[in-house]
Amino acid sequence: MSPTLSRLHQAADAAPLRRPGKRRWSPAALAVAPTFILVAISVYGFIGWSTVISFTSSKYFPQYDFVGFSQYVRLWESDRWNTSVINLVLFSVGFALISLLLGLIIAIFLDQKIRGESTLRMIYLYPMAISLIVTGIAWKWILNPGTGIEHLLRSWGWESASFNWLVDPKMAVYTLVIAAVWQTAGFVMAIFLAGLRGVDSEIVKAAQLEGAGAFRIYTCIIIPMLRTSMFSAIVILVYQAVRSFDLVVAMTNGGPGYSSDLPTTFMYNSTFLRGQMAQGSASAVMILLVVVVIVVPYLYAEFKHEHNDSSH
Amino acid sequence: MNTMTAATEIRPLVRQRNLGRQANRFMRRTAVYAVLIGFAAFFLLPLLVMVFASFKDMDAILHSSILALPTHPTLQPWREAWSSACIGTLCVGLRGYYLNTILLVVPAVLISALVGAVNGYALSKFRFRGANLVYGLILFGTFAPYQVMLVPISKMLGLLGLSNGIGGLILLHTLYGLPMTTMFFRNYFMTVPQDLIKAAKVDGAGFWTTFVLIVLPMSTPMIVVTVIWQFTSIWNDFLFGVSFTSGANSPIMVALNNMVSSAAGERPYNIHMAGALLSALPTLVVYLLAGKYFVRGLMAGAVKG
Amino acid sequence: MASLNIRNVEKHYGDLRTLKGINIDVEDGDFLVLLGPSGCGKSTLLSAIAGLAPVSSGEIMIDGVVVNDIESADRDIAMVFQSYALYSTMTVRRNLTFGMRVRGASRQEQDEAVKRVAGVLQLDQLLDRKPSQLSGGQRQRVAMGRAMVRQPKIFLFDEPLSNLDAKLRTDMRAEIKKLHQREQTTTVYVTHDQIEAMTLATRIVVMKGGEVQQIGSPQTIYEQPANLFVARFIGSPSMNCLEGILVAEGPDAVFRGSAQTQSGLRINLGPLTENLKVYLGAKVVLGVRPEWLAYAEQGSAPALIDAVVDVVEPTGSDNFVLVQASGETLMARFAPGVGTPGQRVSLAIDIHKALLFDASTEQRICR
Repeated sequence: MSPTLSRLHQAADAAPLRRPGKRRWSPAALAVAPTFILVAISVYGFIGWSTVISFTSSKYFPQYDFVGFSQYVRLWESDRWNTSVINLVLFSVGFALISLLLGLIIAIFLDQKIRGESTLRMIYLYPMAISLIVTGIAWKWILNPGTGIEHLLRSWGWESASFNWLVDPKMAVYTLVIAAVWQTAGFVMAIFLAGLRGVDSEIVKAAQLEGAGAFRIYTCIIIPMLRTSMFSAIVILVYQAVRSFDLVVAMTNGGPGYSSDLPTTFMYNSTFLRGQMAQGSASAVMILLVVVVIVVPYLYAEFKHEHNDSSH
Repeated sequence: MNTMTAATEIRPLVRQRNLGRQANRFMRRTAVYAVLIGFAAFFLLPLLVMVFASFKDMDAILHSSILALPTHPTLQPWREAWSSACIGTLCVGLRGYYLNTILLVVPAVLISALVGAVNGYALSKFRFRGANLVYGLILFGTFAPYQVMLVPISKMLGLLGLSNGIGGLILLHTLYGLPMTTMFFRNYFMTVPQDLIKAAKVDGAGFWTTFVLIVLPMSTPMIVVTVIWQFTSIWNDFLFGVSFTSGANSPIMVALNNMVSSAAGERPYNIHMAGALLSALPTLVVYLLAGKYFVRGLMAGAVKG
Repeated sequence: MASLNIRNVEKHYGDLRTLKGINIDVEDGDFLVLLGPSGCGKSTLLSAIAGLAPVSSGEIMIDGVVVNDIESADRDIAMVFQSYALYSTMTVRRNLTFGMRVRGASRQEQDEAVKRVAGVLQLDQLLDRKPSQLSGGQRQRVAMGRAMVRQPKIFLFDEPLSNLDAKLRTDMRAEIKKLHQREQTTTVYVTHDQIEAMTLATRIVVMKGGEVQQIGSPQTIYEQPANLFVARFIGSPSMNCLEGILVAEGPDAVFRGSAQTQSGLRINLGPLTENLKVYLGAKVVLGVRPEWLAYAEQGSAPALIDAVVDVVEPTGSDNFVLVQASGETLMARFAPGVGTPGQRVSLAIDIHKALLFDASTEQRICR
């Protein structure tokens, strides 16, 4: 018998007998198990727990009585909550639209073979590295009536300049938009720039050959090709808007009064400051629902896409 | 028409058009640069304003505009922000909180990155029952808004005896960083050819051996991205800090916010700005040094959920 | 009239000269193929003709008008790109009519053009689909349709068939040829595939290193290549190139295999002409295409070379046979089924077709 053949025989003899019926756990599954269990508890378990609390009458401490949907009813009758929801809509729409527009414009301009492109990109993106607390503090300072922009404009000669949005209950939420756009527009730009760079240059050449001018090429050909980037950007922007907490606390703290409150600050205040745990939980569940509605379809689409061109 | 005359007649017309087109092109280029530089100014404005304010004395703060250069620059605001500014009732500056945050960030980043790498490796290269479901559930963890977990978390911290301390925050940031780091590494490892794992298997290497000897060494870029990303988001965290710690146990952003919002009477804006800059310094420096990796992390987070 | 004249065109990238002194005249209705290996400058030249890239010096004239300073869109040309470059967010119909919409054509003109082009290229069923829903061959036809809609003076093709598989390539080649026969539009076509060049062109420009090696009809290029590069580049399998010396034996010129290759080859090239006398004793290269080596039974006249069969490559229609003859390796074309390894054969060379090249200048020697 040849040596290799006998080695195969040896290996076969040495292999442990497979006991039928006993499944061996894949080492990969075992490796992921701890994280999975932890996430299951700390994310899904906790979500479940909070949801349960939202059906109780808990105030400072959890109370496990069942009060049906009364907390939710109270929530939606609450002026403060409704203000925060309206603010969220105003904030999201303003923030998303302006960031998209700004990001797109900067990306298009930056794609023109600019000298110093990498330096400019660095400048547009550095706000993402800064905490929203710092951003809030900086913009609070800039938009401060009396010492900020108003003062600046007046010192430049525009005597009647006035910018008191920060203390105007109707306009306070828009100051948040300004700060948030400053923080995130660079990121949107990065997304669009990547999308622009993925456009086949021969398509642009073909269009030029057909006599199309730059404006037409962008509006009829290139921007429609940016659909995926736009979709990603919108999902991310709205998601960021819903999550915004730090910025509000640092910049307006919901004020004046609660005119610039967002659902996240409402939740925090209810739960930790005003002893309305169940109300807070109900508001948290509402926030979760909004996120689920935005994110899950997006994730699903991404997953399907990945499956289609997976080569495993 | 004689081709020669046709050619020469076209020439002067074309030359005029050529010049006109060149002037047009120049104008267009200038406009593009002007717009881009204008936006750059917009983005740099807050940073500039903060820097100026942090070097001014209170007199200058109250009487000069935000864009005016400090006429008598002073380091006093910085010194005060660091060691004597009042945060709540404690007036010891930001120094202690800096330390808190460093103690918090280092273990949280390292552990979450390492475990994330193992998870990413397991989920991308091995087909086991339910792998996709597991990944999907973990992935959603990156999106779930923390509001809906705050109360249970504080209960849990209480049970573990970790309330109001850096230890608790380390646990939280590690735990809640896992979905993100897992996602980063899983997407990265998807680009590593499956054949590499197969070859290792044929050579006799098992799950962990392959990971330590083959996969980990080739994941340096992603490790850098993940570390930078985690560092930035944990250093900049506010929500966990303010919900679960107070007073001297807080991380830096909580302290900063307290410093700024608890000031009464005449607000020392210069100290506030200096404090803000101090707090932002580490993440800014990391960004300046390794911005490329930071951007990669951003895009990895964006493009694939 | 759609003639194209390229006069002394040069292109420099800093110190690198990508086009050197290009002179080509294309007549109305010609199908000119720019053929050469990658990096020879053919695509650069096409871009220059299209106006997508400027030239450093020289003139490009379309119908007698110098177009160097005229924008691509105004040169009345149409181009089919290698990647087809279809507008991915538009339907086929809108892809075809995009240029017309830019130029402000009426709805009626657009519809007529679409009808005409779709009919010729069989795109009628595909008009409302998007490029992503089309196969490679269909996309190629849409790209051609887009060019045709324009009814330009000159068609430019940039390696349009390289992305297709072999069968599709042959089909599309026939389509392009049919189209040209019908429309008779002046065409400039870039490719690295010499079979495409031979089958499609009325004239071929062989290029290498930014320079024109030869311009001529396919047959001329094939039978009378100007230099060794062209001789080797055209023809598959490639020409046998034998190194040796030219000597005189009596009134005849004789090619003797070189001592370095230990070749004992001795081929009588016929009468020693005045042209050849200059090369006596000089190093020359003898070029013989496989089909110019005929199989003869051993010992039969007028055999010229004794050889032993080494490897036989049957293609179904021919047998390409590698033989060893007096120390040289030759590729010959036999009838199918003829030739077995080890067999002794005699090869008859068609001396009138055989080509002689100067070994140092690589230029062909005229006999």
